[in-house]
Amino acid sequence: MEASSFQRLLYLLQQETSSTELRTECAVVLGSLAMGTENNVKSLLDCHIIPALLQGLLSPDLKFIEACLRCLRTIFISPVTPEDLLYTDATVISHLMALLSRSRYTQEYICQIFSHCCKLQHWHSCGFKSLPQPLLCANGPDHQTILFNHGAVQNIAHLLVSTSYKVRMQALKCFSVLAFENPQVSMTLVNGKHKVLVDGELLPQIFVKMLQRDKPVEMQLTSAKCLTSMCRAGAIRTDDSCIVLKTLPCLVRMCSKERLLEERVEGAETLAYLIETDVELQRIASITDHLIVMLADYFKYPSSVSAITDIKRLDHDLKHAHELRQAAFKLYASLGANDEDIRKKIIETENMMDRIVNGLSESSIKVRLAAVRCLHSLSRSVQQLRTSFQDHAVWKPLMKVLQNAPNEILVVASSTLCNLLLEFSPSKEPILESGAIELLCSLTQSENLALRVNGIWALMNVAFQAEQKIKSDILRGLSTEQLFQLLSDSDVNVLMKTLGLLRNLLSTRPHIDHIMSTHGKQIMQAVTLILEGEHNIEVKEQTLCILANIADGTTAKELIMTNDDILQKIKYYMSHSNAKLQLAAMFCISNLVWNEEEGSQERQDKLRDMGIVDILHKLSQSSDPNLCDKAKTALQQYLA
Amino acid sequence: MADAGAGSLHGGDSALSCLPEEQELSQRLRRLYPAVNQEETPLPRSWSPKDKYNYIGLSQGNLRVHYKGHGKNHKDAASVRATHPIPAACGIYYFEVKIVSKGRDGYMGIGLSAQGVNMNRLPGWDKHSYGYHGDDGHSFCSSGTGQPYGPTFTTGDVIGCCVNLINNTCFYTKNGHSLGIAFTDLPLPAMISNQFMELLQEYIQHLFKSNLYPTVGLQTPGEIVDANFGQQPFVFDIEDYMREWRAKIQGTIKRFPIGDRLGEWQAMLQNMVSSYLVHHGYCSTAAAFARITDTTIQEEQTSIKNRQRIQKLVLAGRVGEAIEATQQLYPGLLEHNPNLLFMLKCRQFVEMVNGTDSEVRCFSARSPRSQDSYPGSPNLSPRRGSNNSHVHSTGADSPTCSNGVLSTKIKQSCSKYQALSSSSSSSSSSSPSSVNYSESNSTDSTKSQQHSSTSNQETRHLAFLSFFYLSDSEMEMEAEHYPNGVLENSSTRIMNGTYKHEEILQTDESSMEDNCPQRQLCGGNHAATERMIQFGRELQTLSEQLCREYGKNTMHKKMLQDAFSLLAYSDPWNCPVGQQLDPIQREPVCAALNSAILESQNLPKQPPLMLALGQASECLRLMARVGLGSCSFARVDDYLH
Repeated sequence: MEASSFQRLLYLLQQETSSTELRTECAVVLGSLAMGTENNVKSLLDCHIIPALLQGLLSPDLKFIEACLRCLRTIFISPVTPEDLLYTDATVISHLMALLSRSRYTQEYICQIFSHCCKLQHWHSCGFKSLPQPLLCANGPDHQTILFNHGAVQNIAHLLVSTSYKVRMQALKCFSVLAFENPQVSMTLVNGKHKVLVDGELLPQIFVKMLQRDKPVEMQLTSAKCLTSMCRAGAIRTDDSCIVLKTLPCLVRMCSKERLLEERVEGAETLAYLIETDVELQRIASITDHLIVMLADYFKYPSSVSAITDIKRLDHDLKHAHELRQAAFKLYASLGANDEDIRKKIIETENMMDRIVNGLSESSIKVRLAAVRCLHSLSRSVQQLRTSFQDHAVWKPLMKVLQNAPNEILVVASSTLCNLLLEFSPSKEPILESGAIELLCSLTQSENLALRVNGIWALMNVAFQAEQKIKSDILRGLSTEQLFQLLSDSDVNVLMKTLGLLRNLLSTRPHIDHIMSTHGKQIMQAVTLILEGEHNIEVKEQTLCILANIADGTTAKELIMTNDDILQKIKYYMSHSNAKLQLAAMFCISNLVWNEEEGSQERQDKLRDMGIVDILHKLSQSSDPNLCDKAKTALQQYLA
Repeated sequence: MADAGAGSLHGGDSALSCLPEEQELSQRLRRLYPAVNQEETPLPRSWSPKDKYNYIGLSQGNLRVHYKGHGKNHKDAASVRATHPIPAACGIYYFEVKIVSKGRDGYMGIGLSAQGVNMNRLPGWDKHSYGYHGDDGHSFCSSGTGQPYGPTFTTGDVIGCCVNLINNTCFYTKNGHSLGIAFTDLPLPAMISNQFMELLQEYIQHLFKSNLYPTVGLQTPGEIVDANFGQQPFVFDIEDYMREWRAKIQGTIKRFPIGDRLGEWQAMLQNMVSSYLVHHGYCSTAAAFARITDTTIQEEQTSIKNRQRIQKLVLAGRVGEAIEATQQLYPGLLEHNPNLLFMLKCRQFVEMVNGTDSEVRCFSARSPRSQDSYPGSPNLSPRRGSNNSHVHSTGADSPTCSNGVLSTKIKQSCSKYQALSSSSSSSSSSSPSSVNYSESNSTDSTKSQQHSSTSNQETRHLAFLSFFYLSDSEMEMEAEHYPNGVLENSSTRIMNGTYKHEEILQTDESSMEDNCPQRQLCGGNHAATERMIQFGRELQTLSEQLCREYGKNTMHKKMLQDAFSLLAYSDPWNCPVGQQLDPIQREPVCAALNSAILESQNLPKQPPLMLALGQASECLRLMARVGLGSCSFARVDDYLH
């Protein structure tokens, strides 16, 4: 078909003077053409078919409207059509809402159009939102909000009980898209200001009915998605029976071998999302219908049987193999997020670690990401870090993933690396030998906040009880400049982890003196700055702890003793209203007045002159036993 | 050693049925397992005090199980089985056990076992025994070594066990969550196999040994568990699981492949419909159907019409005319079927009592044929008087006699009436040609009898009865039938019910005013009554004659006895045998006559459609008996709309 014939048909369609029969026929033919190849749809879009069809919706003739809607539906469900085309004219949505009452066909097509033209409010990756990543908000209100503001919930709700299955199904799909990660819609579906009742029932009740096991699988699955969104948005409690006894079991069933591959993928992804942050749901899912074993089956595609027997089947299996694997990894990640016993069960599943290792090096980004996520979840187990992680040398493929990976993978992978770099992890050493410090230092310079946090966090873990050489490597790799950059980072997480890193660097006396001899000036400056700045208690406490560490050095002490400004600050915090800060300041004093060390007499005198002893006396009467103890110990130094 | 105290409670399956909990249980079981014939295969309702090891104690209506042994080692294990095995007709069977206390070690097993399996063991350890154990969460499939299966369970948990008799699997639940399949090879009958002998063998095996009983086993002191066989709502949504399987099985039926024989199927279906129409004499419908589907009708048009006419007569209660017509159109038929003839004559007698048969109707003012559409009340004069004389006694209800206005009270009582006797409104719809003649009979007359026991009619009744009674000494009638049980309450109900019908059937309301309908023996006509008595004697003679020729026939005797019993009551419509007067009772007679005619014409005496239906029902019954669980989700009723 040539563009010219498309244009001719469109021309006829738009002629107000032609008979409605003819115009209707044109819409029908155009609709059939749109069902053809993607190129057909592209050509039709180039001919501006959408405005023409939208114009047609203003006709008084229902048959013509239906034909236009059918054609619009076909065009909008094509992946080549930009969703935004529906929202170019503000009146279109309200007109479509009005047409919802006309016939079961308008209902079906309009719901279908809505559910395909509703881009999600946020950037999201496969249903996961747990990452501390800024949300990319589009300019202006998003599609969900536009539809919501046009009364989509009220207008579509009653279609859930339509006599036509197709209408019910499309309305349900519409809700599953509208409610996804949208608290506003989700809350309205549950109660809202104007309770939405259909046949005297609340919408969640209707969704639960649609979950019944004799309903079509498609309906059960879509309904479970609606309830999942509502639960994740906080509109339904996670311990509500409709979640625990209905939605969750339904989603587990969707993962069973009896379901189609597509359904199994969607079921696992939705379930992963549902249980992601609730340990009780994770526990229930883990015992339901042998889910953990059932998921192992997701890795068996394409099966050796399908390769031999049936080319068509092989093709189908291949197409879904990646999707299945990533869905399984995601669900394993959610299952093992919090409970040690579940993690153990997952790792004991046949060839689990091998599968993760293989997943880490797959070409598909989606699979790699999900595999890293799974690994991340499992890396929270001390026991697993020491055993299976080591046995399978997981760190090797992980380090490989970290090279040149897109940010979304980097975030999870570096977070996993943090855990692998904990001091008790046997992987720590080989990871450092393979150049991790350099990599982590470069992460701290990232634009991406999560990467900065993970980079500095990992360095903090590396520095914990590390040898001198590693500490020097870190300081060298990071550079003083970068260290100060991080100390003035706007994000409190970055600041905290950087202070943590400093504290870990400044431990054991020789290390303290060494570092302070090279970076003393800058560090003292930074400490002063933070103590003077507007920071929360935790940050100040951490900073005072750094000072206490410095005060523990042999030569480093002098950096404090010669700095009256700092001494005054320590004195100030000794009388602070917060006990934690008082205690941290006391550590400094305690270290400074410690008897056995050289020059302790002068330091004691200087501090007495500052009125510190008076404060110590006062604190020794404190009701806080920690403070009281610490003050008494310090005072004893004076007596000796 | 046996727990004698608990034993006394056993066997309460039917005896306890009056308790509210028991009623609730029965109700739930009926709802869950509608296909189970509980008289043939009772459902488990409690633990058996007989089928248990000594270390087991039962309490709380044999639902609570506690351990009372030493519990030193596995040799001290003890189990108890339920009172009955799980019937295959359940399709899907489910019970729950609540762990009241895990006792010392929580060595509890929940599962199934066949009759005869050692009770000094936990379920699962032996052949034909299956269990899920609380201490390690393992499943035991007829073996001493368990397989990792699910989580452990302990005090407060509710463990459910579901047996799927369709695919012979079993899964457990914990606190309402399905734990997944535990056993896949339960010794229940196998799925349909192509090899018939193999199948048969399996059935036989099943029938003899592999009926599984719900079973629990305990092993350490302090262990207590409570069973729920349906006494309470289940924690797990078993009905949802059943819904899934019902849908699956109905889907299988729906998608049953018919392949390339599609054309044949269509022809067969058309033939079934056509033959059904022809059989019942829906002449023009059958003709129209044949025309549209381009098929031919085996039977000739006139033959169908004849049968239709005869059927109409029977359904209208004009049995005498029906017999006449049959003899005319199908000579020799009734002579060759003395049983049928006797049945017809008995019915004719009943219809005479009813006042419908033409032999008594000819005494009325109207011609019998005109009464098909109009429930006339012939010969009103004698009743009129009594009617009027009792206006005061019927009280508030009487004014409604003369007009069509019904108070709500009347409507209520009317529905009561319909519920009381098998409703005549339904019969009027199923057999449109039959006449609800009953409406023209008086209830007031019964009242009059009540007030004046010297009424002619009553004395005649008694005299008449004694005549029959003496003539057949073998006929045993209970003495209580003699005195007239006049039911005052119900008589008013009937009167009210009558009005209701009048309102429906009669468009001309004004005509009701002088036709206050009342039911009376033989339409209340003296001559008719005489004729009826005469006919009764003839019938008696016929019976004796048949008895001489063909020997005693208990069926005949019963029929005759029932028919004559009607006369023992002043209000036959409202007596223990009054059901016979219901027009719906004409239908079996009509069907028998129709079948006989068809048979004489070498046509099938039953329409193939009904045959298929009967076969399907019988097949399902057979499936239940041999243990094919899917029968419970494929009821014939589901397909009849």
